Amino acid sequence: MTVAALHEYLEQSARRYPQTCAAVEASSGRQITYGELDALSDQVRDHLRRIGVRPGDRVGICLPKSIASLAVLFGILKVGAAYVPVDSLAPPARNAFIFNDCGVRAIFVESSRAETLRYELARLAAEPRLLPLDWSDGPSPLATYLARVEAGGLAVEDESARPEPDNLAYVLYTSGSTGQPKGVMLTHRNGSSYVDWCSDILAPDENDRFSSHAPLHFDLSILDIFVPLKHGATVFLIGEELGKNPTRMASVIAERRLTVWYSTPSVLTLLVEHGSLDARDDHALRFILFAGEVFPVKHLRRLKAVVPRARYLNLYGPTETNVCTYYEIPQTIAEDRSAPFPIGRACSHVKARVIDANGRNVPRGQEGELAISGAPVMLGYWNMPERTSAAFHVDSSGRWYRTGDVVIEGDGGVYTFRGRRDRMVKRRGYRIELGEIETALYRHPAISEVAAIARSEESGVSIKVFYASRDGHALSLIELKRFCAHNLPAYMAPDWFSHQQLLPKTSTDKIDYQHLMRME
Amino acid sequence: MNAIQIRTMAKDFILKEFLPGERPENLTDSTELITDGILDSLATLKLVAYLEKSCGIEIAPDELVPENLNSIAQIANFVQSKQAST
Repeated sequence: MTVAALHEYLEQSARRYPQTCAAVEASSGRQITYGELDALSDQVRDHLRRIGVRPGDRVGICLPKSIASLAVLFGILKVGAAYVPVDSLAPPARNAFIFNDCGVRAIFVESSRAETLRYELARLAAEPRLLPLDWSDGPSPLATYLARVEAGGLAVEDESARPEPDNLAYVLYTSGSTGQPKGVMLTHRNGSSYVDWCSDILAPDENDRFSSHAPLHFDLSILDIFVPLKHGATVFLIGEELGKNPTRMASVIAERRLTVWYSTPSVLTLLVEHGSLDARDDHALRFILFAGEVFPVKHLRRLKAVVPRARYLNLYGPTETNVCTYYEIPQTIAEDRSAPFPIGRACSHVKARVIDANGRNVPRGQEGELAISGAPVMLGYWNMPERTSAAFHVDSSGRWYRTGDVVIEGDGGVYTFRGRRDRMVKRRGYRIELGEIETALYRHPAISEVAAIARSEESGVSIKVFYASRDGHALSLIELKRFCAHNLPAYMAPDWFSHQQLLPKTSTDKIDYQHLMRME
Repeated sequence: MNAIQIRTMAKDFILKEFLPGERPENLTDSTELITDGILDSLATLKLVAYLEKSCGIEIAPDELVPENLNSIAQIANFVQSKQAST
């Protein structure tokens, strides 16, 4: 079943399984059927039409993960607009930058965050319409909001838009090397080609119960949201607070008998090391999917011992393509294995090759950059034509997205990840441009020089910041952490700070990163 | 354990584990630990494990919320209320 537009998955399931539970908020236990979710998102669509949102517009989502945010997402798609999700807990100035950059016409925002967001938007001279949802109004903030604003509303066309497959469906902002986030533009076809590949691999049906751990601004959420809803299955929405609480997450997995789990390896490690996942032996999990970073074999081995019956898939892919290679972890992991598993073979909906700096094929067994073409590859970066063309290699065989990931192709077309060719790192599944951390810290009035480096350790990637101050004295660590908490999303916070009188320089007077890498 | 003992214990642990090299006077009873990024989610779990062990209390998963743990003063109140209820 292939669709032209992503919201058709919901519409088709609502016709087929109107009374089936579509989504559950794992912490509150609130749930919604397919019929109700379809109707609620229709109301969002109608409201957006009344306030002037048109096909091709962008609409922001700054809400906690909830049934409301799910209905909002589908309502936006049903107008023919694209949704732009942000981390509602990120610094308001960063979210305002994103919404202004993307020119959103309206923003659904948790009412307690509306005023600070409005203030930050005003500083950028941006005036999108804010649509505030108030969770203190009761358990259905969206229905309450719509009932209030829609009373006596004018009639509008009550059919959902039928966008073309190559129309924009969502824009996901990722860390940018210049210090500002950049928007990855993804179409309905980008999303649906991936969702349909997931159907082939997971063979889900209406009895499946999927986890949705990743926030909406994270590309893992595309699988979590659209795959279960395509098949009449149930998605369990795990919000920000529950998602950090391993003991409660382990209870949800066991008591709700989840069948498909998808998250970063860090979250799975947390579940094994700090949750009580091992205390329960009656798991219904068919698949454990992980992506976003390397899974240390030590932790993966422990997880497999706790949940032995599930199949384990390592999924790989940047936001620009979503998942493009995958690798199934073998039933038994050799005792002496410590090397991470490969990222695997190209998925059936993409083409992959390994190229050098000039776009020529690299012989098998040698390092090169992984390049991807095919249906899931992004349109480009929002408002950044130069960055977009730099991200692609175009030749007679097609338009190839250069992932920036250095890999080696082994037997059977299996790729192994070797590292990055730039200053982007992945920690706990999040992409972080070290330059964005430096740019933020340069805004601190007492700091004169900053350099951020990343180190790979057994427990994962850690980020260390070296800095020099104007008066030559070290800053309080509390002050540095506080400054980061208010100027960067939490996932970008450095692990270590080291004060230096001056940072080491190369002969051309640039910061000597090689030297810093050797410093303790 | 009285409130001052709990505060001292929590403060020493946070300084040693998460703020190496910080001057103790910079960490006050009202310093915001979670909202100011001093404790991330993993650090919060470590702190909770330490409080459970050294204060002889059990903290339920539902109690791992910023209202209970966002400052040393809040931690002391929370631990004392747990001790009183056991």
